[in-house]
Parts: sequence; C-alpha cells; structure tokens
Amino acid sequence: MSSAFHERVVENLAKAQVRGNFRRAMDGLMQHRLDQFPDTAELEHLRDEAFAIRAQALSQLPDLLEQLEQRCTDNGIQVHWAETTEEGNQIVLDIMQRHAATSMIKGKSMVSEEMGMNQFLEAHGVECLESDLGEFIIQLAGERPSHIVAPAIHKSRQEVARLFNEKFPDIPYTENIEELTQAARKILRERFYAAPVGISGVNFAVAETGTLCLVENEGNGRMCTSVPPVHIAVTGIEKVVAQLSDIPPLLSILTRSATGQPITTYFNMITAPRRAGEKDGPREVHLVLLDNGRSRIYSDPELLATLRCIRCGACINHCPVYVRIGGHSYGTVYPGPIGSILEPQRSGLDKLGELPQASTLCGACGEVCPVRIPLPRLINRLRYEAVRKDAGTVKGAGSQRKPAEAVLWRGWSWAASHGGLYRLAGQVATRLRRLLPSRLGPWTQVRHAPKIASKTLHERLKELGVDDK
Amino acid sequence: MTNKARDHILARLRSHSTPTMAAPIRSEAIPDEPWSQAESLQRFTERLHAVRAEVHRAERSTWPEVLRAVCREKGVLNLLLSRQTPWGVEIHQDSSGLPPLRSYDAPIEDWKYDLFHDIDAALTSTLGGIAETGSLILWPNRDEPRLMSLVPPVHIAILEIDKLYTTFAAAVAAQGWTTQGMPANALLISGPSKSADIEQTLAYGVHGPKSLVVIVVG
Ligand code: SF4
Repeated sequence: MSSAFHERVVENLAKAQVRGNFRRAMDGLMQHRLDQFPDTAELEHLRDEAFAIRAQALSQLPDLLEQLEQRCTDNGIQVHWAETTEEGNQIVLDIMQRHAATSMIKGKSMVSEEMGMNQFLEAHGVECLESDLGEFIIQLAGERPSHIVAPAIHKSRQEVARLFNEKFPDIPYTENIEELTQAARKILRERFYAAPVGISGVNFAVAETGTLCLVENEGNGRMCTSVPPVHIAVTGIEKVVAQLSDIPPLLSILTRSATGQPITTYFNMITAPRRAGEKDGPREVHLVLLDNGRSRIYSDPELLATLRCIRCGACINHCPVYVRIGGHSYGTVYPGPIGSILEPQRSGLDKLGELPQASTLCGACGEVCPVRIPLPRLINRLRYEAVRKDAGTVKGAGSQRKPAEAVLWRGWSWAASHGGLYRLAGQVATRLRRLLPSRLGPWTQVRHAPKIASKTLHERLKELGVDDK
Repeated sequence: MTNKARDHILARLRSHSTPTMAAPIRSEAIPDEPWSQAESLQRFTERLHAVRAEVHRAERSTWPEVLRAVCREKGVLNLLLSRQTPWGVEIHQDSSGLPPLRSYDAPIEDWKYDLFHDIDAALTSTLGGIAETGSLILWPNRDEPRLMSLVPPVHIAILEIDKLYTTFAAAVAAQGWTTQGMPANALLISGPSKSADIEQTLAYGVHGPKSLVVIVVG
C-alpha cells in the first residue's frame, strides 16, 4: 500500500489537465458555499444545531435503530441488517433473485460504492446501471468516483463527449453540455421505464416516523424509488436521526455546504411502499442497514465523531491536498479529509496508515464541517496511533512505526527538555552550519535545505538585552 | 443470517457504555420571524426564477385563464390532471382553450407506456410552499400519484398563497406532519430537474421535468 499510494500521487500530480479540472471545480464549490453563508452568526448557529442533532442521535444510536426498524416495519418497509458488505450484497441479491430480476437501476449511493455492489451483482449475472449523470459517466468510463458529491468532477466536457461518442455512436458527437445531458436523459428514460428494481442510498433516516430521506437535483433518485416495482435502499447504521423536526436544519446545512445551493431540486421522503388504492410507487420497499466497521468506530469516544458525517463533501472541497492529488490518488471510496479518517479506521492503519499523512493540517476541513467534526484533531490522533504500539484502539495501530525515526524523536524530545544541552546543541549547529549537507534525503527532493543562521535565537536575544530567564 | 447480524450490531453498540462525549444540548433554532405575505411571495419567486422556473400570479376566478395561456405558450399537446381535486373538477367543467385532457385513472402498470411516451404536461395541486428556499410541498396520493410531477416534461403546480410558509420547519410544524402521519411519499420540489455533473455547469431537464411552472392563486 505504502508505495502504491505514493505512486498514484506522483502519477496524478503529473496530469496537468485533470489538476486544472479539480482546481476549477473546487474553486467554484468553495465560492458557492461562501455565497450561501453571508451571515457568519447564522452559519455558526446552524453548525451548532446540526452538530447537536447528529451527536444526540449517535448517543442513542441502538435505540434509534430499533425504533427506526419498528416504524419502518409498521409502515410496510422491510428492514435488513448487514454486518459486512458481503452480507449486504447477499441481501440485495436475494431480493433480486426472489423477483427473478436480472437488472437494476441505481441512484447515487456512496454506501453501494463501499459495498462494491455493482461488481458483486454483475458477478452474479445482474446488470447494474448508474443513473446519476456523474455516476453514469464514470460507469461508462470504467472508473470510480473521484468525489463523493460530484463523482465525475475530474472529467472535462471533451472527455465526456468522446466517451459518449464511443459508447453511443448513433448519437451525434457534441461537446455541448446541454446536448450531452439530453442524450443521457434519452438513454436512461427507457431504462427507468423497464427496470424491475431500483436502488438508492439514504441521506437521513428518521426514527420517529420511519422515513427515508433522499437529496438530489436530477430526478433520477425519484425515478429509481418510484418507477420500478421494487425499491431497495442501502445505508450505513449511523444515518439515523431521532425526529422529523431534525430534518429541516440538517437539509439546509447539507445542501448549502455541499454545492452551495439553498436547497436541491428534490427532497424525497419515503415512508411506505405503494398504499392500497395508490396508483404508483414501488410495491416493495427494503432498507438494508450496513455496519461494516461503524460499530467498532462507535466504541471510541473521540473517533466516534467520525460517524456524525453527513457526507456533504465540504471538507474535500476545501482540502489543499485533495485539490492537488485528486480523488483517485487516495485509492479508497471516500477521498479527502473525511476519507483519511474514516477509511483507515475501517481497513486498519496497517493498510491505510499513510492516508492521515495526506494533510497539511491547515485546519480548513474542520472549519467548514457542518457538524463540527474536528477533522484535524482526528487526523493527528490517527497519525499518533499509527506509530504507537501502546495507545491504540484502531486496527493496525503502531504499524507505521519506524525504529530509526522513533529513536530520532526520542532524542529530540530528551534534548529539548534539557535546557543546557539544547542550547549547546544549538550553538554547535550554528558554528558548524557550513558542514550541513545540501541534500537531506527525501526532504530536499522538493525543497531547499534549510540555511542555519550564524547565531541561535537565544544568543541574538541576549545581544538585544532580553533577559532569557 | 440477518437476525444474527442485527443482534450482533446492536450488542456491539450497546457494549460500550454510552459514548462519553456528552451530546450537546440542541440550541433552540433562531425563531423564524414569519415574513409578510408580500415578502414571502417575493422571496419564493426570486428563488424559483434563479433556477429557471416560472411563477405566475392568478386570482381564484382567473387561474384557468393563466393555465390556458401557459399551455398555449408552451405548446402543450395534452394535459394530465386529476378529476377529483377541486382544480381538476373546475377544469373538467370547462376545458375550452385547453389541450386534450388526460387523467391518471389506472395503476401505472396499465398505462406506463403512454405516461412515459405520450404525456406532455401534468397539472398538480400542492400542499404548500416554502418561501425561504422557493420550494413546493407535494404529498402525492391516489388522486395525484407520484409520477405526475416527475415523468411528463412540463409540470404545472398550483399553490394557494395562504399556504406559503416562511421555512420548511415552519411548514412541518404548522401542518402537523408528525401528528397526522406521513404519506407514503412526500416531496419538496424546488425547480425543474437539473445537473451540474459535467464541468460543474448547470444543465436543465435531466431526468425529471424540463420546466416547472407555478401558478400562485389567491
Ligand atoms: S466530515 Fe464534515 S465536511 Fe466532511 S463530508 Fe462529512 S460532514 Fe461534510
């Protein structure tokens, strides 16, 4: 993993065009978000509120999950539980097989990405079609999403035009975005019409009423959840909130933080399958609740904050590392700051222990997070755990420890806590500064070696008459 | 398998003494000063215009006139609407000057092809509107099923002005959503379908209606 991450970063940094696409898109998203919050006091108040709602929901998570299950069941929604992604996929496959369904159409769902649902179902002979325009594009390209909200953000219109032309030669070549969009509409309409099963994610699940909420702009989410006779929703167990009155503030801060929209075109609240006498809507609705490591994260009082995430992507949009290396460098489902804390906790620091290093700790992510997840602090915590064998609760703690580095830091810490020695070392370094090599391993590959001053700070202050006692 | 999974997940969540990070007390929302009707309507209209939706004003007595004008202007070939809602009843009594009327009389299975291929526009009522975000509230039911506001290329919605609320929270509270029980499907609709998935550039009419027309009555 170690070198694979590094190799991907080097490879992606070399793609000037893609880097330009990311830069433009992230600049736009940051500006749009800013425009939505002209009143800082209102923003901070709303963040407090969203934080409180999510934190309270997590503090009663098992009870709320049971309540959600009960309400959904009363409403006619069938609830399934999965500890692992394999179990989740099997549940989806079983439902499909019960209906002899050989294809499905899906609205954007990061949890289904996490499950590798398309790959699994396709291996069992089920045709999977993504219907969100961005997801559709990357499915055609055989790629993975590079952003959790805008999955095809790394692609230019020319790339999309070539892709459409290659896959649908009947449609005239165009680089016009409206025309490309209309082409996708035409192709997918027929598929919504015919699909036996629709699959979606869930943005919020309301325990009080047993309601599944979906946020979207295109209408594909509504298509997937109201045209096919069977709807299967998949979600992580952390998405539940206590009551319906929690939804308006969360919805408001989600769409404004994510894409800088006051609200998305559609906010779809599903509480039941088609009721007696109704003329449309699915006859069956299923909800799959996926754990996949979440209950483990839940056990740590600090790392638990990770589960507050409402997947707005603002931390990603504001990350100076993400915008440069791009979403695909991370090699994980969730990129950026949220990915760097979530993915190593799930897969283990031995596998993904490098990801918390992909941060400058500038603090931007923590500042914009609508639910006040202290991302920089959690990144630091994971860095610490990655090199400590004694303090870890995270899988693979201590796996990134390098003996030489550890000795070096221990020496540093010892010297720094012994004043006389520290001062002496400083004096020696300044006197011998010309002996310092100009190459210092990896550090100087991309930087100049530091130039050491001729006198230490202590000495200069003393000359200026500052009393160092 | 699934019941075992359920027990394991819940047991794991419960095995940790309640997370020590105290949940903060939810601060009271800043009370929404309700806007005046004029202010609400202005904000509502601005919001919808910003996403290329049309907003028309009409009186109780003149709204069919406005509907006729909209249909003419858009060249609507046929109009899907309910026979049961007061609006539908009124139109069915006098449909002069309107394109042929269609109704959603049978379950979708019986006429899916027509709905997807032939229906040009649909007229629905709404449960209310939200001024702050320029949103319509729809609770589809047997008279006005879900797909009416989704499949036809043009969606025309009627909003009664006295059902225009300041915020979503105000609408949920005023209409007592939790006490009256949620419908199978409830929707907020805030414009025609759109996407920014290619180069973050807005394109309208992706999978849902290409145009949304709101007639504000009263
Ligand atoms: S961590 Fe915060 S900012 Fe990042 S996606 Fe989650 S909610 Fe949004």
